[in-house]
Amino acid sequence: MSAQFLQFLLTGLTVGAIYALVALGFAIIYNASHVLNFAQGEFVMIGGMAAAGFVEAGLPLPLAALLAVGGAMLVGLALEKLAIEPARGASVVTLIIITIGASILLRGLASLLWDKKIHSLPAFSGEAPLKLGGATLLPQTLWVLGATLVTVALLWWFFNRTLTGKAILAVSHNRLAAQLMGISVRRVLLVSFGLSAALGALAGVLIAPISFTSWDVGVMLGLKGFAAAILGGMGSGPGAIIGGLALGLIESLGAGYLSSAYKDVFAFVIILAALIFLPDGLAGRRRATERV
Amino acid sequence: MKHRAWFAAALLAAAAAVQAQEPIRIGSFLSVTGPAAFLGDPEQKTLELYVEKLNAAGGVLGRKLELVAYDSAGDAEKARTFAKRLIEQDKVDLIVGGSTTGETMAVVPLIEQAGIPFISLAGAVVIVEPVKKWVFKTPHSDRQACERIFVDMKARGTTRIALISGAGGFDKSMRAQCMQVAKAHGIEIVADESYGAGDTDMTAQLSKIKGTPGVQAVLNCGFGQGPAIVTKNYKQLGIAAPLYQSHGVASKGYIQLAGDAAEGVRLPAAALLVAEALPDSDPQKKVVLGYKRDYESRYKSDVSTFGGHAYDGLMIAVEALKKAGGTDKAKVRDAIESVRGFMGTAGAFNYSPTDHVGLDVAGFRMLEIRKGDWTLAR
Repeated sequence: MSAQFLQFLLTGLTVGAIYALVALGFAIIYNASHVLNFAQGEFVMIGGMAAAGFVEAGLPLPLAALLAVGGAMLVGLALEKLAIEPARGASVVTLIIITIGASILLRGLASLLWDKKIHSLPAFSGEAPLKLGGATLLPQTLWVLGATLVTVALLWWFFNRTLTGKAILAVSHNRLAAQLMGISVRRVLLVSFGLSAALGALAGVLIAPISFTSWDVGVMLGLKGFAAAILGGMGSGPGAIIGGLALGLIESLGAGYLSSAYKDVFAFVIILAALIFLPDGLAGRRRATERV
Repeated sequence: MKHRAWFAAALLAAAAAVQAQEPIRIGSFLSVTGPAAFLGDPEQKTLELYVEKLNAAGGVLGRKLELVAYDSAGDAEKARTFAKRLIEQDKVDLIVGGSTTGETMAVVPLIEQAGIPFISLAGAVVIVEPVKKWVFKTPHSDRQACERIFVDMKARGTTRIALISGAGGFDKSMRAQCMQVAKAHGIEIVADESYGAGDTDMTAQLSKIKGTPGVQAVLNCGFGQGPAIVTKNYKQLGIAAPLYQSHGVASKGYIQLAGDAAEGVRLPAAALLVAEALPDSDPQKKVVLGYKRDYESRYKSDVSTFGGHAYDGLMIAVEALKKAGGTDKAKVRDAIESVRGFMGTAGAFNYSPTDHVGLDVAGFRMLEIRKGDWTLAR
């Protein structure tokens, strides 16, 4: 029994780490602009598909991964510059709808640029499973968890020890005051989109060896990342991580012990439950002004 | 008066001549892209290749063949729309298509209403049971797959197995069929797990199967991405029992996605995949080798049984057109139903008013994947 439990735990943590990275992307953009970027899932897709495309074209895996993340970052910057900035006077709801439109556009472009087939990436360090107390895990899982930890640490350093990071935090606390202090909100938005896109693409590259990638993986991943962000408290960095891991574990344990056919249901039930009972999430911050 | 009669006769002759030059339109809707792409893509390529070859050899009944094909991307809604378009706008004479069971079943009511012969390339037995007047199919049915697998298992002394299947039409149908015929073959199903359509991780379900005592083999009912992930997870968990797949993974695309994990996986499939390894005395060798060489030299990629189903469908349609002497839909339908002993890539076809599958289990070989390639299972 406990070996099985350990197996579910490891699976849950792996997929939870991916949700956490996506949720962090949501949190960063939300903090800078109160916009929920529903194109976040497509960044994950771009990361995976671009890396797969480069590898199939013959590039070595590390270079392909780097180029994929860089490419996604450019897409994120372009999204901000071309779709969000021109509409910056519009209401938040309008901006959210713009991001939904952008996600549909990105999916369409992806299916044209690449194709609609399912692609895989080679595992970073082989596929020989490792044994851990009766359960087995793929080396790729260690990469996912390790990379997520390193990323979270780097983000913490960025937000707390660099001027740009602090500027982003300042804008999220109080946009007007930040502007008065000379912080360019435009630049902050640009950086946050670029950063979120890079995070999403990193998640895409990490998970592709395990669960394949195709032009439409972004939809489900984006929604689940969103669920994770809500669970942990929209806008909270630690909340995004807790939410992501929690969601991954709930999904895995639910599929293992309750019903495997309804695995996706858990994420959406959580969105509903969180919105009804815990609107600020597990680690939500009490905001001075609560407005929709 | 005489002039008028001659004039009318000349007009009629001219009209008949024009009619005779009109191409025979064969309609098709296939899952060229999407989750069933490794079914639809070789099917499309096969149809295009052979329509071209037949036209180069003079066509059928002196008329050229025209292929009108659409990509339904594995979506039943799209399939329905395209089928409607084929019947009403493109006015095709018959349809060879429907890569997946879901798409085929969505289209069946349209076909029956319009009264047009339809040869489906999908697997589930529900397509032809109960027999529908205008609907035929060329792949082996899922029930035949279950039976072929159970025969192999029994021969190896396996009696207790676990099932794991997806959520698609074919998956569910095959699972139901296997459960139905298991007892008759002396197989007991001790575990039954399922996964969702877009699921990317089946370790939870496989862990449960691993934890069930006495499981001697595992059967995965499905096609497309799902079985590839099941196979990878299977290897990861180090489950010792042999893994059986359905003929829904009979394509190199599956081996590519599953990688090393596909080693040792067994599946029932048409002899087409091991054409060179067949003995010369095998009645299927000529047809399958011919198709394999044509396809591979043209497209520089490996054959799959799905392309073979399309080949069978097209050739049976052509045979029926010749027999019926024209494109009259009712006559062509009757001609298809009276096909006997037609050797296709999947085996010998013998249709009848009660059997629109036409194949028996003899053409279904048990294959094993070794070193990334198909071999006949020992």
